[in-house]
Parts: sequence; structure tokens; C-alpha cells
Amino acid sequence: MQTFDLESHSLRELNSILHAQKDDTNQTSWEVINARGSHAIAVGLDAPIEVTIKGSTGYYCGGMNKQATINVHGSAGPGVAENMMSGTVVIEGDASQYAGATGHGGLLVIKGNASSRCGISMKGIDIVVHGNIGHMSAFMAQSGNLVVCGDAGDALGDSLYEARLFVRGSVKSLGADCIEKEMRPEHLEILNDLLMRSGADAKPEEFKRYGSARQLYNFDVDNAAAY
Amino acid sequence: MCGIVGLFIKDKSLEPELGALLTDMLVTMTDRGPDSAGIAVYGNNTNQLAKLTVQSDNASDDFATLDTDLSEAIGVTVSTRQKDTHAVIEIPAAKIAEARQILSDIRPNICVMSAGDSIEIYKEVGLPKDVANRFEISNMSGSHGIGHTRMATESAVTTMGAHPFSTGADQCLVHNGSLSNHNSLRRKLIREGIHIETLNDTEVGAAYLTWKMQQGSSLGEALESSLEDLDGFFTFVVGTKDGFGVVRDPIACKPAVMAETDQYVAFGSEYRALVNLPGISDARVWEPEPATVYFWNH
Repeated sequence: MQTFDLESHSLRELNSILHAQKDDTNQTSWEVINARGSHAIAVGLDAPIEVTIKGSTGYYCGGMNKQATINVHGSAGPGVAENMMSGTVVIEGDASQYAGATGHGGLLVIKGNASSRCGISMKGIDIVVHGNIGHMSAFMAQSGNLVVCGDAGDALGDSLYEARLFVRGSVKSLGADCIEKEMRPEHLEILNDLLMRSGADAKPEEFKRYGSARQLYNFDVDNAAAY
Repeated sequence: MCGIVGLFIKDKSLEPELGALLTDMLVTMTDRGPDSAGIAVYGNNTNQLAKLTVQSDNASDDFATLDTDLSEAIGVTVSTRQKDTHAVIEIPAAKIAEARQILSDIRPNICVMSAGDSIEIYKEVGLPKDVANRFEISNMSGSHGIGHTRMATESAVTTMGAHPFSTGADQCLVHNGSLSNHNSLRRKLIREGIHIETLNDTEVGAAYLTWKMQQGSSLGEALESSLEDLDGFFTFVVGTKDGFGVVRDPIACKPAVMAETDQYVAFGSEYRALVNLPGISDARVWEPEPATVYFWNH
């Protein structure tokens, strides 16, 4: 285990050291202490390493992650795991706005609540939130899965493309072109896998599935006058 | 951007540290807006007098004989204490309106920062650490306070464009965001008799709350109605003589974090601003909900 103290060393040093790790590195386990809400911790990693951050983080923690497993023992500020490509990011506390935004792949787990715009424009990432999510979540989400064990706020899935949204609790309101859909066996299978991998205490059967009605992003001649 | 901090003290033993804690919080937020900074401190009033905090770009001339000139003009002895470009005039509350009127004649270059029983506002162009040092904010004690570091969007970088804005006795407001309907609302408020000094959007927000409270709303009710009447982006932190409130617009894209312990309620634009507060590791920390009013009273 390598320990890195952000009080005595700079953020840039931390990220350079983490960026220098190759696929075959022997230093696979890292601990970052005194995070104190700093921005951009462990951004842009591309190696199969584990990074544990003690304390809460600021903007963009774990952004653009590839391969790495990043654990935050605290809460995360705006844009956690933004544009993640692969790997895993786990937040023990809450996440601020636009968690997992534009993510292409990997798994983001938020054990507390996520605030507004969770999974906005997601492009293949899987996001599991053990608590609730705020308004405008999964806005224009294109693909991937958003699983919410608690409740969802206003305008869930507004202008949605092909992402799958699973909510166990209530949905305050659905956004434009987002509808409830039938839960088929293949969806229960996806959910089961994501709930297991994220350590969520919930059963797939307890969820409802929401998705795109596909009325908004397909050209409809009746709407021609609106263009 | 802009950075906001606020601290509302519940445990009196922490009051002597208010200025030092707020300064540290505000300096941490410097990179959210480095062009001007300001702090409002609600101090304890020991001598029954009200306070008029004024500013001048030519402080040495304007303040030199200010106490004797003003005392003579209003017929009551007033005392002043100067801090750099600002001075706090201690004066009976009933004489404040008259003193402001006379000041505009005898010291036309003086600007009024705040008036009230306990509020003092210090603000200038510059970095938070420099502004806080000039006014020795770290040495101030008080029951609550609000700080702001500005990245200007809606009006020029000037002393009067810095936050906090005070448009009523013991009231102040700081803002992160931008209001879109401030011009029409400014005209309406001026017609209602509210005094507005600048072309700044935030001052209109402050004046709106003052107007609502003049009409009998509580701070909480005034904040509720701001959600209806103000258009634009805002995270507001407001202070009154004994209250402290927070509200975010329904979109809530301007960041906000709050923390509460038995000793205090704290606000920061980011969690970084809160990390040096006593007992923060055991505090309840949360992100205030959109379109939801939070307020505390002593």
C-alpha cells in the first residue's frame, strides 16, 4: 500500500504518480489522505490500480477513469467520475450534481444520495445509487443503466435516448419523452448483476423500468412545422 | 463562479472566533472569484447605539474630522472608528436617516455600506486575504457573518459592486449566479420607494427581500416569494439582525454545501471552505435542496 498525503504534497504530484502506473505495475494499492475537498483527485487514471481516498472530495474526482478502482471514504463534489470510460468508482457518502455525466463505461456506485443531473448525457456507464437522486437526472442519456434504490426527483430522463432507468422508490415526475416500460426477464438479469456488484440491499423485482418513448428523437412528419 | 461562505454561531463560546473562521473559509474560496471580496459581521451591540458603516476612496481626508462635523450637524455626539477605507459611525438609531442625508451633503464621496444595530460590512476590490487583512476581520467577534468573493458578470468591478449588499437595516445578501429580470424589477422597486444604488443584479435581489420584509414578510417568507419573482440563477445567503437564511433557484446549478453541529450552521460554495471548522468531521453535511428555503434564528 502506497500512502499519499495531500497536505504535504501537491495534487499535481499525486496525479502524475498515478498516471505513471502502467498495466503491469506492482504498486496496485494506493491510499490518499487529507483530501479536504480538493478538486480533480485521481483524474485520468489508466491502470488496474486501487485508489482509496480518505475524506470528502471536490469537483471531478475520478473523472475520465479507465481501469482503476477508486473508493471515496466520504462524499464527492460535482462531476464525480465524469466521462468515465471503464473501471469502478465507489462513493461511500453522497455525490453532488452531475455524477457520472457523459460516462462511456465502467461502474459508478453512490452509497448515499446523488443530487441533480445524475447521469446526465450518460453514454454507456452503469450508475447505481443506493439512496435518492435529484432533478433532471439522466437528461439526454444515450446508453447504459441508471439504478436508483431510493426515489428520483423531477424530470427524470428528460429527452432520453436509449439508456435504461430503474427506480425502486417514487419518481417525482418524468421528463419529456420518458415513460414507464415493461420489465422483461433480460432487464431483471441486468438489474440483478448491477445490484450484486454494487452491494445494494434490494431485489430486482422491487424496481420499475423507465425508458424513452422514442417520439422526440425520431423525425415525425407531423412535427415538421415545429422545426 | 463566485464563492460564498456563511457562519451562524449557536454556541456563544465560539463567537470570539467568528471573524477568524469566516476569513479562513473565504480565503479558501479565492479561486472561485478573485476580483473583489466582502464580509458582513453581526457583532454584539454593547452600548445601545446603532452602527453606520461607511467607505471612502479618500479616507484620510473624509474621515479626519467626520465625528465632530457629523455631531455638530445632527446635534448628537457620535463616535467613529476607522478601519482602512471604512469607518463605523456609532450613533443613536433614531438619527441614522438624518445622518445619511447629511453625509451626502458634507461628505459626498462617502458610500454607505450598511446600517443597523449589529451589522458591519467591509468590502473592497482585491483578493479575500488582502481585503480581510485590511479590515482585520480575523479579530472580529460576532453571532453570525457572511462572506463573498466575486467573479463579476453583471456589473463593473468596483467597491460598490462587491458583495454583500445591504438594502435595509441589519440586512445583507450575497449571491452566486446571475439574475435575468433585474432591470425590470429594479424599476418596480424604485417605484415602491426602495433605495437602490448600483446597476448590479444582486443588489436588486437584496432590495427585493427588503421590500418583502417591509411589507410584513418574515425572512423565510421573503425567500419563498423570491423563488416566484426572481428569474435567473441564484444561490443566496442572507443575514438579518438575528437570522441567517439560504435559498437556491429551482435549477440549482450554483453549488452549495451546508454543515451543522451543536455549535454552528455553516455554508460554503464548496466543501473545501468548511474543512477547518471545529468538529466538521462529525457535522451533519448536506447539499441544500433546490427551491427550498432554509433559515435559522437566534
